[in-house]
Amino acid sequence: MATQTGKSDLLFSGSDWDFTKLSRAYDAIEAIAVEELHLDTYPVQMEIISSQQMLDAYSSVGMPLMYRHWSFGKHFLHQDLLYRKGGRGLAYEVVINSNPCIVYLMEENTMALQALVTAHAALGHNHFFKNNHLFKQWTDAGAILSYLDFAKSYIARCEERHGFAAVEAVLDSAHALMEQGVFRYHRPPKLSSERQREGLRERLEYEERSYNDLWRTLPPSQQRANVKAQDPEWKKSLNLPEENLLYFLEKNSLVLEPWQREIIRIVRVVAQYFYPQRQTQVMNEGCATFVHYTLMNMLFDRGRISEGAMLEILRNHSNVVFQPAFDDPRFSGINPYALGLDMMQDIRRISTEPTAEDRDWFPDIAGHGNWREVLLEAWTDHRDESFIRQYLSPTLIRKWRFFVLGDAADQPHYQVASIHNEHGYDKIRAALAHSYDVGANRPDIQVVDVDLLGDRQLRLQHKVKHGILLEDTSRDATLRHIRRLWGYEVSLAAVDAETGLTVHERSTSQIAE
Amino acid sequence: MPIFIDRRLNPKDKSLGNRQRFLRRAREELKRSIRDQIHAGRIADVDAEHVVPMPERGTGEPTFNNARNSGKRQHILPGNRHFSPGDLIPKPGQGGGAGASSPGNTVSEDDFRFVLSREEVLDLFFEDLELPDMVKLNLKEILAFKPRRAGFAATGSPTNINVGRTMRNSHGRRIALRRPKQEELDAILEELAMLELAPSSTATRQRIAALREELDRLERRRKRIAYVDPVDIRFNRFDPQPVPNANAVMFCLMDVSGSMGEREKDLAKRFFVLLHLFLKRRYDRIEIVFIRHTHEAQEVDEETFFNCTQSGGTVVSTALEEMHRIVRQRYPSNEWNIYAAQASDGDNSVTDSERCIALLDGKLMRLCQYFAYVEIIDKREAHIFGSTENGTSLWHAYSAIDLKWPNFQMSRIATPADIYPVFRQLFGRQPALLKRA
Repeated sequence: MATQTGKSDLLFSGSDWDFTKLSRAYDAIEAIAVEELHLDTYPVQMEIISSQQMLDAYSSVGMPLMYRHWSFGKHFLHQDLLYRKGGRGLAYEVVINSNPCIVYLMEENTMALQALVTAHAALGHNHFFKNNHLFKQWTDAGAILSYLDFAKSYIARCEERHGFAAVEAVLDSAHALMEQGVFRYHRPPKLSSERQREGLRERLEYEERSYNDLWRTLPPSQQRANVKAQDPEWKKSLNLPEENLLYFLEKNSLVLEPWQREIIRIVRVVAQYFYPQRQTQVMNEGCATFVHYTLMNMLFDRGRISEGAMLEILRNHSNVVFQPAFDDPRFSGINPYALGLDMMQDIRRISTEPTAEDRDWFPDIAGHGNWREVLLEAWTDHRDESFIRQYLSPTLIRKWRFFVLGDAADQPHYQVASIHNEHGYDKIRAALAHSYDVGANRPDIQVVDVDLLGDRQLRLQHKVKHGILLEDTSRDATLRHIRRLWGYEVSLAAVDAETGLTVHERSTSQIAE
Repeated sequence: MPIFIDRRLNPKDKSLGNRQRFLRRAREELKRSIRDQIHAGRIADVDAEHVVPMPERGTGEPTFNNARNSGKRQHILPGNRHFSPGDLIPKPGQGGGAGASSPGNTVSEDDFRFVLSREEVLDLFFEDLELPDMVKLNLKEILAFKPRRAGFAATGSPTNINVGRTMRNSHGRRIALRRPKQEELDAILEELAMLELAPSSTATRQRIAALREELDRLERRRKRIAYVDPVDIRFNRFDPQPVPNANAVMFCLMDVSGSMGEREKDLAKRFFVLLHLFLKRRYDRIEIVFIRHTHEAQEVDEETFFNCTQSGGTVVSTALEEMHRIVRQRYPSNEWNIYAAQASDGDNSVTDSERCIALLDGKLMRLCQYFAYVEIIDKREAHIFGSTENGTSLWHAYSAIDLKWPNFQMSRIATPADIYPVFRQLFGRQPALLKRA
């Protein structure tokens, strides 16, 4: 290395950045991250964008490539308004789970901020994306960009061929079912490679060209008659019940054209891609925040960041992890950055300076001093729900002064169920973990039956947990969308999960268009 | 070392396509907002950006959502100060202050308004009027610009250097920094030459050395302080100025007697707006004169013109007389292009129609570039009148003018789409008519 004078050791000085400085900062931060935290990351691609482009990225769910749809335009207007009013600042960065990992940096950031963002996104998030088992199993970082590129041009071609309105109708309906368009329990199939998709499309085109109406007039085969006799048999062939409504409609809808099925598939793939992110908000942001905080402090301790820059970094850091109390007008839920960082720092504390209580609660890690390994393991194996269930300590519950409020719709009062005391720790931990369980908190709606030989009605079932029903108007509107994709009437039965009784039934025949 | 890509110079407005799709989807509702704004606003304001509220219909994105008012659930909140288990907290009333119990509330969409650009506003406005595309394009086109001298700038292209100004700056700077002048150098050189010719002595040698040193110093200083430095350079600045065409005045004449209702006034207003848009494109400066009349006419401001009614009979010629008076007083026809747009429901007393013919034929039509008359009729009457020649007394009277003067146009309108044909002639290629400026 160069001479060890104090001045040359600073990574940067002043607030202006340039590419040499960025590169120098990244190299230093990466070196220390690998050395001290044993992070393992995808190669990084940093893209410098303006605030206008940041807004663009916001409106298309943060992806650099996205197909066109009016709802993104609406979101853009909304973000633009919030930004212009000063109601919300723009993010300093956007990071994309892809290989290479793409990090957007805003040109307005100062050099200190760019360093902070580099540590946060290019190392923290990047490590999490590469190692967390949810991302590893459920998303394909290497293929997503080329898939989106395909999706964008495919939908543009559909618009040319079939008109804006037709494409928009399919996309609207598919977007309404995005929440119900993911495989939660079994792993989704890998994204097919470009070549396979090409082959599939060629086959479809061939079928379209060589379509002969005569085939339709053939008498039904013996096999088909058999199917009629044994109901459960074809029900099984449809893989019912099916939780992934979009998948079911894509494969089995009676009215969709091949190109419409392909569009549904695109929406489904995008929904699936984002599903792990929604399950790991606290962990993902916590990991990134912990990494940037730790690395920046280490760099400062080694004299590579000046005091002025460090002050700016700390100021931004504390803005990010600000958590107002529940009765504060600024309160808008639990800040995942704050909770994640606190939990991870708490693990470090338990590992190095445990109290008697910690030894009681966490015998495996208390006092062992191996916080790096514990954290790396947690980042790899957990999602928010299991992470909180495993690692939320009484110390932290006391620090946050958590309490659980019971809310029954038929009561005029909320009731305080547990607070941060000996009896409450377990319950608070379980309740908080449960509130981060995406699968358990979203309405559970499945396809249970379809009368293919009769009126072709599609039967859906909503498992009602704790008596929580669906909101009426949006439910009706969504059912209309399902009918559009399915082609025939659709009914939704709300069945209580515990008693098995049908609480409520709604069919599209009851809903006016 | 990571890969760097500088995206700042990439084309902006990546989301423009999404915006267009959104506007197309919300078209009907946006059209209604624009219509309301035009109804309430001033004629001259149409040609600008408008702020519109977020359309509600057709822009919802429904999904299955849990209903807030059913079932049992738990909220986990930070910051407990004095609660113990079992405490009951009354729920806040519906609609207000539910912040504590419903995390994740964001800004309400009620006050969500956004800006439509001038082009988008005009598009929506024109759609009702069913303008031909050529005309739409013509109207949206910004005026031709001509660069006009507007002071000096520190940056610019070399062809625009202003030598005089640059040299003046350079001169000032040279004086201020005491750049040695050529004469000083010449004087020293001359003295040197003289001394070198003179017999050498210690004094002269010393003098020579001193002079050389001085010469050296001055020359170095001259090199350091440039004769013309980049900071001296000034460029001529040009401001794009709309090509001044000429002045135009637009007379809006309207019958405001009781028979003109809200619908009639709204149609009339759009008629005036369209004429104004047309004039704005052609002329540098436009003035609008509003004349309302019942059995007597008066000049009023825009607010009064559209919003106040007045009781009384209907004598159209009073408005024409008033217009003639104003033209004579304020808008001499050799300086102003005079356009007139008259809207009425066609009622007039029989004897007065003769007077109108006389006024128009004898005086006004010679002064006007263009006189457009619209008769606003009921939708149900539209098919009765069609293009037949029977009609109100004013219609009869004006038909005679229509035959005689090519720059007179008249039409009956029942819907917004009927307005454009009145102006068809204006938007056609009629250089002879328009060049009389």
